[in-house]
Amino acid sequence: MEDYIVDWSRAQFALTALYHWIFVPLTLGLTFIVAIMETIYVKTGKEEWKSITKFWMTLLGINFAIGLATGIIMEFEFGTNWSNYSWIVGDIFGAPLAIEGLMAFFMESTFFAVMFFGWGKVSKKMHLLSTWLVAIGSNLSALWILVANGWMQHPTGMKFNLDTARFEMSNFFDVIFNPTAYSKFLHTVGSGYVMGSLFVVGISAWFLLKGRDTLLAKKSIVVGATFGLITSIFLILTGDESAHQVALHQPTKLASMEAIYDGQKRESLIAIGELNPDKEIGDKKDDFLWKIEIPYALSILGYHKIDAFVAGIDDLVYGNPKMGIESASSKIKKGKIAIEALKTYKQAKKDNDMPKAKEALAKFRTYEKYFGYGYLKNPKDIIPPIAISFYSFHIMVGLGTWFLVLFGLVLWFIKKDKLETSKTLLYLAIFSIPLGYLAGELGWVVAEVGRQPWAIFEMLPTGMATSQISTTSVQITFWLFVLIFTALLISEIKIMLTQIKNGIKEA
Amino acid sequence: MNNLSLLTLQQYWWFLITVLAGTFVFMTFVQGGQFLLNRLAKTEDEKDVIINSLGRKWELTFTSLVMFGGALFAAFPLFYAVSFGGAYYVWMAILFCFIVQAVSYEYRKKINNFLGQKVYETFLYINGSVGIILIGIALATLYTGGNFIKDDMNLSHWTNLWYGLEAVTNPFNVAFGLMLFFLSQVQANLYFINNIAEETIVQRARKELCKDSKLFLGFFIIVAISLFSISGVEYQDNSFTLVSFKFLHNLLNTPAILIGLLIGVVSILYALYITLYKNSTKGIWFSGIGTILVVISVVSLLGFNHTVIYPSLSDINSSLTIENSSGSHYTLLVMGYVSFLVPIVLGYVFLVWRSMDREKLTIDEVKSDHHHY
Repeated sequence: MEDYIVDWSRAQFALTALYHWIFVPLTLGLTFIVAIMETIYVKTGKEEWKSITKFWMTLLGINFAIGLATGIIMEFEFGTNWSNYSWIVGDIFGAPLAIEGLMAFFMESTFFAVMFFGWGKVSKKMHLLSTWLVAIGSNLSALWILVANGWMQHPTGMKFNLDTARFEMSNFFDVIFNPTAYSKFLHTVGSGYVMGSLFVVGISAWFLLKGRDTLLAKKSIVVGATFGLITSIFLILTGDESAHQVALHQPTKLASMEAIYDGQKRESLIAIGELNPDKEIGDKKDDFLWKIEIPYALSILGYHKIDAFVAGIDDLVYGNPKMGIESASSKIKKGKIAIEALKTYKQAKKDNDMPKAKEALAKFRTYEKYFGYGYLKNPKDIIPPIAISFYSFHIMVGLGTWFLVLFGLVLWFIKKDKLETSKTLLYLAIFSIPLGYLAGELGWVVAEVGRQPWAIFEMLPTGMATSQISTTSVQITFWLFVLIFTALLISEIKIMLTQIKNGIKEA
Repeated sequence: MNNLSLLTLQQYWWFLITVLAGTFVFMTFVQGGQFLLNRLAKTEDEKDVIINSLGRKWELTFTSLVMFGGALFAAFPLFYAVSFGGAYYVWMAILFCFIVQAVSYEYRKKINNFLGQKVYETFLYINGSVGIILIGIALATLYTGGNFIKDDMNLSHWTNLWYGLEAVTNPFNVAFGLMLFFLSQVQANLYFINNIAEETIVQRARKELCKDSKLFLGFFIIVAISLFSISGVEYQDNSFTLVSFKFLHNLLNTPAILIGLLIGVVSILYALYITLYKNSTKGIWFSGIGTILVVISVVSLLGFNHTVIYPSLSDINSSLTIENSSGSHYTLLVMGYVSFLVPIVLGYVFLVWRSMDREKLTIDEVKSDHHHY
């Protein structure tokens, strides 16, 4: 029964997060693109730029509303479905969420009203400032939530307090300047910028194919593809840094993303491959049915050294004394000692037996870093689902590379003044819009599925983090969410398509 | 500030929570307006002007609610864990009411909107009725308690399978919910009178205000009498006791709360008086300030004077206080510094609001606006 509540709670959170992430990247990217377009309008005074700005702004508004609807759920689900988590790490995790509300949400919602309803009510410059502030607010919101998420991937700046039985913040700056958080933030907003660009380029391509609003579509496509090209390069660079952080702090995630079983120095990167479905952890079967590798690349990209050793799944589960890697079973054993020490400490405090409490405290501190492992049952549990991590990661990387090529091609054809006649490229631009959404979702799958079995990496197992409620109650709300989110998504798509078909109107 | 004791920081944060609660309750005029949509508007144009008047504010109400949740999480994580993770159905029902609100303004009038205009208006109606009443009921349980138990490790669970829905069987909770429901309508009427130029709507709002004020004041009196006659849970170190007339004692023993409550009530009454008898359009400002003061005062009856903030009906010793449910000294301090941003945020919200509302909204303006709801 215990496993079911974890599974359903995860399913509900994943559902909410995946739906939320359909809308957020477009907001992150499109707000900046709209702000750039409005800046051109204010600088040049040309009314056509006002029309273009308003067209994309209308689509932004449709997307923004549903992003809010799904976003509110995520904040409250930490309490409703992960109440143990909320208590055990709330002292650290709650802070960035509250700061997000104060610094970002108010900025977004206040200036959002000016951006949409302020034309003619406030000065041109004030309106432009509001548009930029909505873009900055959206990105600030992403910053703080990714500080929180980065901390889940690589917890820093905290200590376990035995009296309150929770982790407590010991250094705020370690939490907010966590390198994992920043690499995640930059990579995540980068994916949003690329998504916004794909959206603008793809829809403009549709106008060009239809031969409608061509002048305005061409202007949009220049802004979209330029922004897209720059941000695609940014996305690849930040993706590299993100993978470097994973290599440093989450070896189990890296091993699963690359499906490496036996680690070695000068490790290759799998460019593409098909996993052997019969392969089990610890057996000697081949890892792949076929694969194309790039020699040394993983050691270089992961650790920035050609000779670096990359730990494999078997090394991490069974240990590799030569490379100083402890086995999972040893960590679990030490974790259980820490749990026992905590119980002894609590009882001794209750009995007012201070010497015993002191002894238990010392023992706990010795084994503290293994504490979370004590709740795992099987050494193999430390490895996240391999196939999901591997394929999600590789498809995401492949798509990211394609987007760079696409933006480059679009700009090249614009320069040659051949874009309108290059129907294949225009169709590719349209079909790349859903691919952008897919890449973004897969990125989150890599990040969150790859974090398993931990809610807080190596500190708090996901199974320990849920609310103690009946599985039925979560099943009920899960299906209600499916129903309502799907209905709203259909509404959003229908409205969006109709607005696009209506085309760009004079301002 | 670094020298402040843990208790002082806990009290500071509880006070901020009361301010956020007050701000949120004031901003629920949006919900009240949504509920009144069909009563105040008789034509499609009138409906549009009301929706657009509310449409420029609804996100601030929404954000206030999110902020209220975020601040509780950061400052009182155990309360957040126990209440949200225990009264699961109540909070989920509230969330559903707010999900459907978030899209309704934008999608209601859009062509090919799948569910149809009526459904989106029904969503707004649900948010303005069920949503606000449930929030009131959830807040009332801070006085009447919830069915939870927490263990030595501070992990908690609910003791029945209703997960908070049982709160609707307590008349005090329901009266509290209805009081907020009618207050939101009172405020909505005052807001429309101030914000909309269409005389027919304003006249209807004045008539509606007359009715809603009576209902609000009726429930306010019922809640006040009940609140000051029920028992509350008091704590001393780790022992919890039920004390008769606890909230009345707190009120009488704390002049700041008593004065705040009186000024708040007088301010709301003054707002009603100048609107109903002097044809004023400024009532919303007085009722807004009054509402914030009343909420701060009433929520301050909890948390201070050794009063628990969430009594447990299943095990009195599991009750939550600002001391046993708060974040650590370090986190409260850090967040205390962050809270200095609050006046800046309030400042720009006020300035933007003022510049956007310089002129009252008309049907013509809504029609000519490219991005009207």
